Amino acid sequence: MKSLEELAAIRDKMKSTVLLREGHNDIRIVVGMATCGIAAGARPVLNAFVEEVNSQGVADKATVTQTGCIGICKYEPVVEVYESGKEKVTYVHMTPEKAKRVVAEHIKGGRVVEEYTIGSAK
Amino acid sequence: MKELSLNILDIAENSVRAGATLIEISLTEQDKVLTIVIRDNGCGMSRETLERVENPFYTTRTTRSVGLGIPLYKLAAEQTGGSVTISSIQECEDAEQHGTTVTAVFHTAHIDCAPLGDMVSTVCTLIHGSPRIDFVYTHTAPGLAVSLDTREIRAVLGEEIPLDSFEVMQWIQESLKEQYHQI
Repeated sequence: MKSLEELAAIRDKMKSTVLLREGHNDIRIVVGMATCGIAAGARPVLNAFVEEVNSQGVADKATVTQTGCIGICKYEPVVEVYESGKEKVTYVHMTPEKAKRVVAEHIKGGRVVEEYTIGSAK
Repeated sequence: MKELSLNILDIAENSVRAGATLIEISLTEQDKVLTIVIRDNGCGMSRETLERVENPFYTTRTTRSVGLGIPLYKLAAEQTGGSVTISSIQECEDAEQHGTTVTAVFHTAHIDCAPLGDMVSTVCTLIHGSPRIDFVYTHTAPGLAVSLDTREIRAVLGEEIPLDSFEVMQWIQESLKEQYHQI
């Protein structure tokens, strides 16, 4: 059974790193989580982004957040990537597998995965 | 929606948008009847709004004029012979007791009853999406008693560590999975 003591240990460990993390998250990955997104499979996409951002070691520069309907429901699941000083990138028809690649190539490597963007969608 | 857990996620998002500070989700299964109650202390709805929410052409969203959350939930329940009922008290009516309660009943033995699906994922997604809101989750069924109260977690973490930190979310996920005997 997961104990609250374990949680307290997580707290103590994190307190030492929390100051280092602040201010460095300049990339925002936003997943559309309205009825349209959820029905199209946005929940596993969101979870994949959260997992990958941490497992690929980019948690210090990117945060994953949720939003409501982005307005292009036929392209759901839709994910937007905001980075300061750059134009917004909109990824469409996302899947957990695609999320993994977006984190590796775009968030980590700085190269937009063009084939998943709305500009390439038919 | 393929799973009821996705409907629950969708309906609970309405509570988030109603400005709730506490959202309670309880699932009770007994004698092949599943009762799902989603209760919030948000701003509530007027009688006029309450009458319109089941209409698919009513929505609060501004990007499009169709709102399918409640109609899809109602469909999922009614196709099993069950129901969805909504009660609401507006903040201006009662400053203390305001909020909305959505109660759904599903007959789980009915062939058209969708599977409940991944509730662990739904609860984690809600907490991750609204780390400042408190969630109380309970699921009771014969041989199963799952519960999670973010107020208890917050009391241990203090103010500095947000609930949506990866390590905390992992703890929450594993705690729920353990209670569901998935680990």
